Amino acid sequence: MSESANAIQFFTGFRFSDLGFLAEAAGNTLLISVISISIGSVLGCLFGWALHVSVLARYLLGSVLDIFRSVPLIIQLLLFFNFFPILGLPLEPFAAGCIVLIFYTSALVAQVARGGIEAVPDSMRRASRSLGMSYLQDMRYVVWPIGARAMLPAWTGVALGVLKDSALVSVLGYLELLRASQILITRTQEPFIILAIVGAFYFALSYPIGKLSARLEQRWQYD
Amino acid sequence: MDYTFHWRPVIKALPDLFSAALVTLEAAVLSMLLGIIFGLALAMMRLYGNRPLSLFATVWIELARNTPALLQLFFFGFGLGAFGWHLTPFTIVLCGLAFNNAGYLAENFRGGFQAIPAPQYKAARCLGMSATQTYIRIIIPQVFRLVYYPMTNQMVWAVLMSSLGMLVGFRELSGETQFLASNTFRLFEFFLVAAVFYYLLVKLILFAAHILSRRLFTY
Repeated sequence: MSESANAIQFFTGFRFSDLGFLAEAAGNTLLISVISISIGSVLGCLFGWALHVSVLARYLLGSVLDIFRSVPLIIQLLLFFNFFPILGLPLEPFAAGCIVLIFYTSALVAQVARGGIEAVPDSMRRASRSLGMSYLQDMRYVVWPIGARAMLPAWTGVALGVLKDSALVSVLGYLELLRASQILITRTQEPFIILAIVGAFYFALSYPIGKLSARLEQRWQYD
Repeated sequence: MDYTFHWRPVIKALPDLFSAALVTLEAAVLSMLLGIIFGLALAMMRLYGNRPLSLFATVWIELARNTPALLQLFFFGFGLGAFGWHLTPFTIVLCGLAFNNAGYLAENFRGGFQAIPAPQYKAARCLGMSATQTYIRIIIPQVFRLVYYPMTNQMVWAVLMSSLGMLVGFRELSGETQFLASNTFRLFEFFLVAAVFYYLLVKLILFAAHILSRRLFTY
């Protein structure tokens, strides 16, 4: 008994300071998600517009974007991460994760944005054009306000999905929430409590956004 | 670029990958069936249940929708291990995916139930059907029709999510690919072929769903 007490301790229990480590990792999760969601959404809106206006884009761009939606994200990440060393340009896990997540987001948002544009009745757009608005004005003052409302719920779904899917970047070695939990589990050997805490972190990130969007959606319905 | 592609190991492993793709499909279909059963139960609990039941359903749904699927898999894999429950990789993936599918499907079903006009229910009861009969014969078939498209989507998601099984040691398409890739060091080639397999699998499911919908919803 005394022998084991003197032995080197391989595992140490969960400490209060570990919460700081997890919070930092949550910051990393938030960072990579915010970057990929914001850039991906802008790109996705452009793609969505292209899908709406051009038949050629619908075939070419549409089928490329379809690949991002039909292949698991984890395979995309591993493929991309292993592809750059082939070109002789090894990529950081963060950069590789960001790029894949941006394209993944844009593929999902493109579909949503196209739906948003198509939600604006044609008569409305013809009316704005005959009032003398240019195409860009029509887009900015007529299509955007109506389309944005139409696409908000679906867009929030995509954004929350990407926030959760960013957990997969841990496979490449980027230190975000899930990877931090794996490190802590290895050290403390207390998987249940740590996974519960990490789950709570994700919940705290994702749940308020979902609620906020639902509220916004309701407010926008009555004006 | 001083990398030479070697496709021979991949071609030799194609039969293995094919049978692994069937395992993926099997896991996805089973988890979907479980997800539909639990999802229906959760939606009805949330809509018509008493307070504890509705709270239980809400907690399940919100947990499933607001945490990553990978975390849910880890929970069934490692989290339950803390209590001495060691599930096999297949069970882990099945439980994790079923939990996730049920949460998402429950919300779809809830929307479906709310979209069925109340007179349908009353008319069925007036014709002498019991409450159970009304649900099984009148309400639920209509709900399925309403949520058919979201359900197809969820099936695709189930296939894609099953790839997470590779991180808990399940030898489905991704797990098998990773195993073969690390045996032969042809990582890129193997994952590229796996991506093609997934793409074809998803297209196959969408096609099958399309055919099925034309047979089911002809009235």
